[in-house]
Amino acid sequence: MQAKRTIFPNKILPYMLLVPQLAVTIAFFIWPALQALKSSFEREDPFGFSTTFVWFENYRRLFVDPSYLNALGKTAIFAFSVTLLSMTLSLILAVAVNRVLRTNRLYTTLLVWPYAVAPVVVGILWWFMFNPTIGIAPYLLRGIGISWNHRVDGTDAMILVIIAASWKQISYNFLFFVAGLQSVPNSLIEAAAIDGAGPFKRFWTIVFPLLSPTTFFLLIVNINYAMFDTFGLIDATTNGGPNQATNILVYKVYADGFLGLNIGSSSAQSVVLMIIVIALTAIQFRYVERRVQY
Amino acid sequence: MASIDIAGVKKVYAGGVTAIHSLDLAIPDGELVVLVGPSGCGKSTLLRMIAGLEAITEGTIAIDGTVVNTREPAERDIAMVFQNYALYPHMTVRGNLEYGLKNRGTPRDEIDRRVAEAARILEIEPFLDRRPRQLSGGQRQRVAMGRAIVRQPKAFLFDEPLSNLDAKLRGQMRIEIKRLQRNLATTSVYVTHDQLEAMTLADRLVVMNAGRIEQVGAPLALYERPETLFVAGFIGSPPMNLIDIGYLRDKGALALPEGTDLVGIRPDTIHLAPPEAPHVTLTATVELYEPIGGETHLHMRLADSGQLIIAAVPARTATREGAQVSLHVGLADLHPFNKETGRRTD
Amino acid sequence: MIENRPFLAFLTHLVLILGVVIVVFPVYLAFVASTHGSGDFMRGLVPLLPGPHLVENYGFMLNEGISTAGAPPLSIMLLNSLVMAVSIAVGKIAISILSAYAIVFFKFPLRLLAFWIIFITLMLPVEVRIIPTFKVVADLGMLNSYPGLIIPLIASATATFLFRQFFLTVPDELMEAARVDGAGPMKFFRDILLPLSRTNIAALFVILFIYGWVQYLWPLLVTTDSRYYTVVMGIKRLAATADAEPQWNFVMAAVILAMLPPVLVVILMQRLFVKGLVETEK
Repeated sequence: MQAKRTIFPNKILPYMLLVPQLAVTIAFFIWPALQALKSSFEREDPFGFSTTFVWFENYRRLFVDPSYLNALGKTAIFAFSVTLLSMTLSLILAVAVNRVLRTNRLYTTLLVWPYAVAPVVVGILWWFMFNPTIGIAPYLLRGIGISWNHRVDGTDAMILVIIAASWKQISYNFLFFVAGLQSVPNSLIEAAAIDGAGPFKRFWTIVFPLLSPTTFFLLIVNINYAMFDTFGLIDATTNGGPNQATNILVYKVYADGFLGLNIGSSSAQSVVLMIIVIALTAIQFRYVERRVQY
Repeated sequence: MASIDIAGVKKVYAGGVTAIHSLDLAIPDGELVVLVGPSGCGKSTLLRMIAGLEAITEGTIAIDGTVVNTREPAERDIAMVFQNYALYPHMTVRGNLEYGLKNRGTPRDEIDRRVAEAARILEIEPFLDRRPRQLSGGQRQRVAMGRAIVRQPKAFLFDEPLSNLDAKLRGQMRIEIKRLQRNLATTSVYVTHDQLEAMTLADRLVVMNAGRIEQVGAPLALYERPETLFVAGFIGSPPMNLIDIGYLRDKGALALPEGTDLVGIRPDTIHLAPPEAPHVTLTATVELYEPIGGETHLHMRLADSGQLIIAAVPARTATREGAQVSLHVGLADLHPFNKETGRRTD
Repeated sequence: MIENRPFLAFLTHLVLILGVVIVVFPVYLAFVASTHGSGDFMRGLVPLLPGPHLVENYGFMLNEGISTAGAPPLSIMLLNSLVMAVSIAVGKIAISILSAYAIVFFKFPLRLLAFWIIFITLMLPVEVRIIPTFKVVADLGMLNSYPGLIIPLIASATATFLFRQFFLTVPDELMEAARVDGAGPMKFFRDILLPLSRTNIAALFVILFIYGWVQYLWPLLVTTDSRYYTVVMGIKRLAATADAEPQWNFVMAAVILAMLPPVLVVILMQRLFVKGLVETEK
């Protein structure tokens, strides 16, 4: 791994510099992760007095548990939909903002600030808009004959959280797409124009293919976001309901562990999530390392 | 094949900066015109306006008789070779060559025919299925030219295409471009800041400075008779020596026009042996003896004024640093200028 | 480039305006709601134009809060959030820059191991290790305290990597010149490296401040004493009253207040924010 060619000769100092980070990391990251791993192989008796080692029993139970499988499915639907919706909208906005020269800055400022809004606040905002009693959206929907109640209808609930989660990510994707679009050399666009390609053709045959590193990167980040950063959003809107309709994996870990006090199952779920994160991170790093060089 | 007519063209940017002051230039069909000048003189801007990549503030540009001011680049039937080649990195060489033709709906067999022909002319047949990143700079440049050739456009536009190549390659490519243009007889506008490239490539040379045309003409004409001080100093290497007329008055039987206060002398017209024809005689001390190989550059200080001048003399001229020498310049080789107008006085 | 497509230009602006509307509308609605009186929602429809109660509502939330929801006045929660966000940002930057310095400018056994240990934190977001981390914090007696809110979130791989990347671009000559001038490693760090890192630190601060501010799950777990609630987690309690319809005008006032600081930071420091985002994701 790279280090600088010239280094300082001190032998003790580097360790001292690293102590704070390593201490916190080991105490609050590694040790708990190992604990989770250990708990996932155990089962507490109903009174919490003793634990028995049960090998992969917790895992086995997980994967035959319909509510867990449901959570897996819901997470997949949620992650896929949020990623698709958010990335498409932000790509369109990024392409648009790239075409306007003078008002560029203004539009950008107006579009990036949602990044700073906490997911849980996003949840409350959209919950307010879709509130069956006083929300503006159900009001409008009733006007065209659709009745909306996400407290009762599972699909409505899923739609609500998908929209809310996508809304928040628009600004992040937008920023990265804009950066990606700007990294396409202008001379290529000009050459394509001289070669007879109109704006749409230029986008699909030149710009979009060259955008693929950014697109792929955002794909991974969005999936990561949908799976892990949306806890607050779910907690503020549907609490995983109604009836498990929006009980995504990260919420289930909390619900089963903290509310249901099923440590073994929750730990096993945590470990599964860890594996998923590791896989996503591995893909991200391997791809970013091999960033396609044209 | 077409003529390009630039009439009264002006370019003013949004901030009020005038990049090009009213320009006129008529390029007949089949000519290779070189726009040359220092950075920022407007040559690339002019080229891009012909291409349709920059808007024209005032005036008209006509290609093949039709005014194209408001036409998109695609509709002007021109092809451009960029400085950094601008090859589509995600397509093969063949894909790069076909792209323009496909966009115009050219039939498949015609595309294949033209691509094969261009690949043959430019000797890039072995690379047709490679990607640009697998090619060297010279090869990429040839692909860029191939992309222009297959289109069979009305005009070629070159934007400093050889700047990114090393000197040897540049020399080779220059010859190839000249030969190609002769064979295809396509009107070409070529932009460069390298005066050597300009001199060797141009049918006609356009020297630009600060958004204006300084002089237009055949390369040798500009060399032998620069109309402005700028052209005098820009064309020719080593550059022309400029000496105050006061210094020269007692050095020979001068007969220079009214208004002359600066005299230009090309380094290669300075002789150490007195010529037959009427001449001026100067004394100088040699400061630096630079053997270039085919000739020698003498850097000298003129007596009394201490001005530094350069002479280009035959290779093994017998003199050395520190020596005092007599220099002779034929009267016919003196270029008279007026400092204030910057123009030639005869 | 000359383009004769006026319709496309119109469409572009239309798209952008629509985008801005989509982005701004929910917040606008919230703001409008926050300026109305309590009774205005009984009619069953949310108002679309601001009302007259702005100062009144915000003042109420800041000073008293909705005690029935178990949340303290907003001013206390805002303070907690501020302390938490700033401390996390400062803390993360401090320990990461030191770690990056150690990893880049020194060679020592276990260097690679240290790097990987730090790297692992990337793969362990808090949501994935909640129960055992909670247990550790509880065992250390750090529940319901600022340290408990802050310290477990302070280790950061992204900041360390950012600084590492930046340090690698610092020319070796700088370091050699410093050594020739008799400067030891800490002096070099303080007098040369730190000033060079200024923009990176500023950009990171913006990102990390937002990160610290928007934390929800962790404060939810480690605070049961309402005096330590952060505004982001406290808001949920306000909105989630089980018995009655929440008092939306007050809740929305709280929502706006909860959003304001980080949003202001992003808007006022947009360039730094963008730089920070782009750099940390490399």
